[in-house]
Amino acid sequence: MKFLLYVSDYMIPFVFFIVIGYGILCKAPVYDEFVKGAKDGLKVVIGILPTLIGLMVAIGVLRASGVLDALSVAIEPFVAKLMFPAQLVPLVIIKMFSSSAATSLLLDIFKQYGPDSYYGMLASIIMSCTETIFYTMSVYFMVAGVKKTRYTLAGALVATFAGVVASVFIMRFI
Amino acid sequence: MLNYLWAFMILGGIIYGTLTGNIASVTTVTLDSSKEAVTLCITMLGIMSLWTGLMQVAKAVGIIDRLTKLLRPVLKLLFPDIPKGHVVNEYIASNMIANLLGLGWAATPMGLKAMGELKKLNHDSDIASSDMCTFLIINISSLQLIPVNIIAYRTQYQSVNPTQILGAAIVTTCFSTMVGVVFSIIARKVSRKG
Repeated sequence: MKFLLYVSDYMIPFVFFIVIGYGILCKAPVYDEFVKGAKDGLKVVIGILPTLIGLMVAIGVLRASGVLDALSVAIEPFVAKLMFPAQLVPLVIIKMFSSSAATSLLLDIFKQYGPDSYYGMLASIIMSCTETIFYTMSVYFMVAGVKKTRYTLAGALVATFAGVVASVFIMRFI
Repeated sequence: MLNYLWAFMILGGIIYGTLTGNIASVTTVTLDSSKEAVTLCITMLGIMSLWTGLMQVAKAVGIIDRLTKLLRPVLKLLFPDIPKGHVVNEYIASNMIANLLGLGWAATPMGLKAMGELKKLNHDSDIASSDMCTFLIINISSLQLIPVNIIAYRTQYQSVNPTQILGAAIVTTCFSTMVGVVFSIIARKVSRKG
């Protein structure tokens, strides 16, 4: 599984090398394009700042008041046999509904246990391989004018579950 | 929905904090968290802009178009009901490529356009077509190969190696997508018979 760590180290420089190298070979104004694109990134981040402030405060309140700890304790007996940490159960559930709320919970986990701890790593991987189910479904199906969604929810849940199981499994090798 | 969730988190937290005597730390955290959101965004400004800048280069030199074309045979397999050469193929491909490259915000408009076309192909029925189900399941199974945002968050919280999760994230993302694809193919056949 050392290979995975190699991928982790090389992936980003590799993408940069390919894109910029190919760009130069095409004689494209790579730097001008880069600057243009970076401006879009600024807009995206500024756009999410208000949501982030609102939700980080809400998660902060839940943490400081002791609700999150109480929740973990309450969940513990149900997940103890599943080899899944109770601390991360709220993260998985919230992620199905709202990506930004889940982000705030992820940051709370980083603060509590550190991003390089077992919980921090597992939470990072789970967040990377799952998507918001209910939000995506409601927005997309609204546009399509669909009321009966057939097996979409079942499929989405199965895929999400597969991602979570794979994350727990892969953590054994890191 | 988020309105209720948010109100519930804040009100519930305040009530619970008062009962357990943690209200003083609730006050500090409320103020600190808002500040933290801003510092986090400053870190993200750097990493996200770096990424969107690079992706703009990829778009300008035609790498993204090439990747979109590479997806075509895959789309034929996944969406057998879409007529050949239909414009919806383009939308679906662009949506998937944007998702793969971690440009989720750019992917959504394309995804919605794709749904609009699928709606026409579905004769405006209020029952989802199999292609719609497949498209959504694959979208929800998460396609993002490089989780730029997660790496930014890890940087912000002083991770020794923020990209350490990258390899694992790629493997798990591929796995969940594969499961989603297999589910879609089987469900399409089963529900047709039924």
